[in-house]
Amino acid sequence: MNLLKIQRQMAQAVMMPLTPSERMRSIAPNGRSLRAVANSIIKPNDCLTSFERMEIYNRQYWLRLFSAFAEDFPGLRAVLGTHAFDKVAQAYLRDCPSKSFTLRNIGAQLESWLKKHPKFAGPRQKLALDMVRLEWAEINGFDGKRETPLKPEDLAQVNPAVLRLRLQPYLSLLDLRYPVDDLLIEVRKDAEDVSVASNAFSERHKHKRVAAVARMKSSSIFLVVHRVEEEVFFRRVGQREFDILSSLRGGKPLSGALAFTRGGTSRVPARLTEIEGWFHTWSMLGWFCGVGKN
Amino acid sequence: MPANRFNGHTDYGIGIGLRVPHYQHILTRKPVVDWFEVISENFMIDGGRPLRILDEILGQYKVVQHGVSMYFGSAQRADREHLRRLKTLVQRTKTPWLSDHLCWGSVDGRYTHDLLPMPYTFEAARITAQKVREVRDFLEIPIAVENVSSYAEFHVSKMTEWEFLNEVVERADCGILLDVNNIYVSSQNHSFDPFTYVNSIPAERVAQIHIAGHSKYRKYILDTHDHPVIDPVWKLYARAIERVGHTATLLEWDDSIPAFDEVHDEALKASCFLSSASLATAV
Repeated sequence: MNLLKIQRQMAQAVMMPLTPSERMRSIAPNGRSLRAVANSIIKPNDCLTSFERMEIYNRQYWLRLFSAFAEDFPGLRAVLGTHAFDKVAQAYLRDCPSKSFTLRNIGAQLESWLKKHPKFAGPRQKLALDMVRLEWAEINGFDGKRETPLKPEDLAQVNPAVLRLRLQPYLSLLDLRYPVDDLLIEVRKDAEDVSVASNAFSERHKHKRVAAVARMKSSSIFLVVHRVEEEVFFRRVGQREFDILSSLRGGKPLSGALAFTRGGTSRVPARLTEIEGWFHTWSMLGWFCGVGKN
Repeated sequence: MPANRFNGHTDYGIGIGLRVPHYQHILTRKPVVDWFEVISENFMIDGGRPLRILDEILGQYKVVQHGVSMYFGSAQRADREHLRRLKTLVQRTKTPWLSDHLCWGSVDGRYTHDLLPMPYTFEAARITAQKVREVRDFLEIPIAVENVSSYAEFHVSKMTEWEFLNEVVERADCGILLDVNNIYVSSQNHSFDPFTYVNSIPAERVAQIHIAGHSKYRKYILDTHDHPVIDPVWKLYARAIERVGHTATLLEWDDSIPAFDEVHDEALKASCFLSSASLATAV
């Protein structure tokens, strides 16, 4: 058996989902015996069978992935509860194995996967999707690329008719239906505050808070996930601000983005002084990183 | 022997792994540490706090890069995006050498994020050595391959693990990151004499040594890096130093990480062995 064939067989076995009791399956879903696969490539020793030796790697694989996934999505875990979250983790990681050298990208497809599999979140599907989008935006905000920011005076010198402003790559614009930003901050705070003695209290508090958010009537919340001094922040903005920023992110020239919000098809028009104030704030926060011309 | 072409002719002492729980301590207290080993993948990113911390560390300490996902032993070609990002980081850190594991972990574009053991065949040695050469040529720095802990052996293997290691490093003309804890763990899991392993490696190729702790289970030992180094591993380390001389040594502690001083003190236990080696060289 050549190297590639051995590696394909072993990888398939190692990445096979565990049984409910977290052991290696004897039979793969396609009916193939994993015991036979292990016997064919792995030597037994005095203490362990071939299957048991393979199982060490199989369990380590899932332990590692579950751990990374849980670390990246504590908010989703709070929204769904531990049991449903574990089900999501198993199914998602089975359907979307890592295709990156880094576990940082393990959740890259979670939003699209969850949209295709609404049963996993049940009645909290929309809330869960909001939380996933926020947590993925936070990951991007944490280590996304930062280009040299434009200063307010840089903006004062340009002709808006020909200017295209680019937003920082680390910045995400989220159109949410639930206040998941507040919820995630509370979840994090609970995790920091928790001690062994107060763990049960903390879980109850989290459960109540999530239930309260889930009962809320959904309404539009416009959020910018950004970074200042290498710390990630959530900043809520108004609908008109969000429209302008979204237009710029979509590649519209500045004049087009402004026309869009001031009179065109934007949901609410804005006054010029108001817009100037927004641009001043955004540029102070370093959100703009480059200019281009039509 | 300590400074050789596989570690960029450096003569580093005792280092520890740079880990997140210690960032604050290191940056505020500025402890005296010979060098830090950084996990390359943690910094192969586009920006943000990790890179800022790294830059601060680079301004004050010597740093060596250690990777966990190059998978020299995977049968298929290296990921170009991975290599591109790695080179960017190498240029940032100016690491004098770069290490990664003698293992595989990905196939058909899917990653296990584990250090899976190699079948010890000549085909595997040829493929692995070829990839080490390609990576070294692309990165333009010396490469050292690290022996891994393993829990399984393959029917197709034609040689011992140390023979395989020697075969690969000779074919690739690369260095060795000798992990004496991994040798001990594998020796217990596969019933071989760890001293035979240490006595068999080409001493002149050893660029660096790893020491670490592990966890013992009923039927096997797991390489968990969450305990102090045990005496049998120190004995192996002593033998390795006796053979290779005063060599850059690093303590790995990756889980249940104690306070910085505790980790550093554990690492500094290596100094008495290194001092003996220096004395022996002087005499």
